Amino acid sequence: MTTTTKPAASTLKTETLTFARAITEGLRAALEVDDGVMLMGEDIGRLGGVFRVTDGLQKDFGEDRVVDTPLAESGILGTAIGLALRGYRPVCEIQFDGFVFPAYDQITTQLAKMRYRSRGRLEVPVVVRIPYGGGIGAIEHHSESPEALFAHTAGLRVVSPSTPQDAYDMIRAAIASPDPVLYFEPKGRYWSKGEVTLGGPVDVAGLDGARVARAGGDVTLVAYGPTVATALQAADALAAEGTSAEVVDLRTISPLDVPTVVASVRRTGRCVVVHEAPSFLGAGAEVAARVTEECFHSLEAPVLRVGGFHSPYPVAKLEHDYLPSVDRVLDAVDRALAF
Amino acid sequence: MPNDTSSGGDVATADVTPLVQLVSPTGERVVEPDNARYRSRADHLTSEDLRAMYRDMVLTRRFDDEATALQRQGELALYAQGRGQEAAQVGSAFALAPQDYVFPSYREHGVLHVRGVDPVDRLRLFRGVDHGGWDPAEHNVHLYTLVIGSHVLHGTGYAMGIQRDGLVGTGDATRDAAVVTYFGDGATSQGDVSEALVFAAVNNAPVVFFCQNNQWAISEPTSRQARVPIYRRGEGFGIPSVRVDGNDVLACYAVTAEAIERAHNGGGPTFVEAYTYRMGAHTTSDDPSRYRDRAEEEYWRLRDPIDRLAALLRSEGAWDEAWATSLDAEADAYGENLRAAVRELGAPPVESMFDHVYGGPHAQVEAERAWLREYELQTSQEAGR
Repeated sequence: MTTTTKPAASTLKTETLTFARAITEGLRAALEVDDGVMLMGEDIGRLGGVFRVTDGLQKDFGEDRVVDTPLAESGILGTAIGLALRGYRPVCEIQFDGFVFPAYDQITTQLAKMRYRSRGRLEVPVVVRIPYGGGIGAIEHHSESPEALFAHTAGLRVVSPSTPQDAYDMIRAAIASPDPVLYFEPKGRYWSKGEVTLGGPVDVAGLDGARVARAGGDVTLVAYGPTVATALQAADALAAEGTSAEVVDLRTISPLDVPTVVASVRRTGRCVVVHEAPSFLGAGAEVAARVTEECFHSLEAPVLRVGGFHSPYPVAKLEHDYLPSVDRVLDAVDRALAF
Repeated sequence: MPNDTSSGGDVATADVTPLVQLVSPTGERVVEPDNARYRSRADHLTSEDLRAMYRDMVLTRRFDDEATALQRQGELALYAQGRGQEAAQVGSAFALAPQDYVFPSYREHGVLHVRGVDPVDRLRLFRGVDHGGWDPAEHNVHLYTLVIGSHVLHGTGYAMGIQRDGLVGTGDATRDAAVVTYFGDGATSQGDVSEALVFAAVNNAPVVFFCQNNQWAISEPTSRQARVPIYRRGEGFGIPSVRVDGNDVLACYAVTAEAIERAHNGGGPTFVEAYTYRMGAHTTSDDPSRYRDRAEEEYWRLRDPIDRLAALLRSEGAWDEAWATSLDAEADAYGENLRAAVRELGAPPVESMFDHVYGGPHAQVEAERAWLREYELQTSQEAGR
């Protein structure tokens, strides 16, 4: 494959888009600038995906570039690896979080290690898009947060946007990255809207950093993906009580932007990590360990975690008791402040 | 093979399923109406071509013997022998064009030999100094894959890339390209192989599924993998499928040549079952005496693919004693060079464990690299005190 990379549209325009539509526009932009980019997945063509994220793209870019695949996740990933070895940049859609596991072997034993085991001679810039997380009242296997299982594997980048702008910027960066990227889409936020500036430069290095979503001085709330909004709501409630919370949106789990978190906690002295995935051995455990190592003398309280429980994702009628709510975040902040 | 269902692959079906055969076990040409289309594919091979195949099979066998000995001497961590499968590997590889791409499993030493992959590089993985060992782009040979069946999907995806590159059915034999994936009878039980057959079939991808049924997946006979002859797996997916005598180098060549031509012309995938026998152990860690009979091994020892080609060369007056003597000397020198070069392969620098984990910088990898560098510096300074 000799890819033809066209210059990106230089004109910037700002639109109000849903989170899902921002991803669509990011995919469209990537398909437009690089002939090697292709989308693969179940029902992504004529149907436009079960969440309509790829709506209209097959019509515009053809069946060879927006591919309705057989119903086989390992097959999708395995053939994507082969296509990447031939010079293509496949973007695979896994229909729901709980369906990624048939592809787990290809992702962890093959995709993650191809560059390493070839000593840099082979490159497999595959993106795996995974709608994840709960809160949508779904049935079993449709609400899980398996990101830590991938972040534990060296060779993969694991990211999750929390705003429509990041959704647009980060999908383009993920596709341009020379590395495999697991791109976790908080499906519960697909319909949230925001201003998105379209057409800016693709910033691959921008995939690596966290951002401070709200500045504050009394406690640091660390979140990513769907729980950034939860943390921001908690910060609003805390402000009403006179407590100033800083919210750090990690954006990426691997690599983990430790310096941004550490700089915040050194100022606030308190840290609460919030994610939907089970707390036990989750990304928050890594954040807590790093903060403890690097902020030991600044800490006023132990690092606390608010996350899912160590049970399988419960039935939909119970999910709001399982997911980290604003109240549970506030409870953790109270405990941190009480030390 | 006697109809003894307690041992040996799919013996229950071996005798009743037709095999494409061009040379009999005793070295005579097999001329039957059924194999005419394959005979015509091998007709153009000259005595010189046959001697070239023979040489490659002999050097592949020598490679195998040397590597096994090196493991016994503690020079390799492990080695997976290919003994007995030289005809399937050399014959199929002879049918490939330079632009075709090979996705091997980990026992395809004969294929790699024909493609020109350096024998020393082929042992880096087994010596524990590299996870790969060669540059895939140099000979269009992907790295060995140890997770059974995974690479069959990679080969299929690669073939889908060839289609998108417009390099199928151009009418130019020097441009049309195809993929050959090699795997074993055991791999056919893996979901990835079935998924690869699905993807290849529905995409009409230019890929040849070359299954070497060597009748043993470590200790399990093929009867533990399938109730039908393996080649019928391909048929179930709508893929033209053929069973070939895997110890007949000419038949393996002809069958692969037809499959490659079909792929090049846009005819899509082919499934080849090369019925052969793993004469050695699964690897140097294995002990076949625990699970198979001496009598079975002896049966197949008498059907050695190298002996069969030698018999053909002799029967056709293409055997030349001076040439055979010089080939022996070549094999001796080859073995000596291999032994010396493998012993020279040292461990890579410690810090290289952090290289190429990612294409760009990754904060955790860089932090750990710096930490280990500092740690090693400190411990070496303390030791020097």
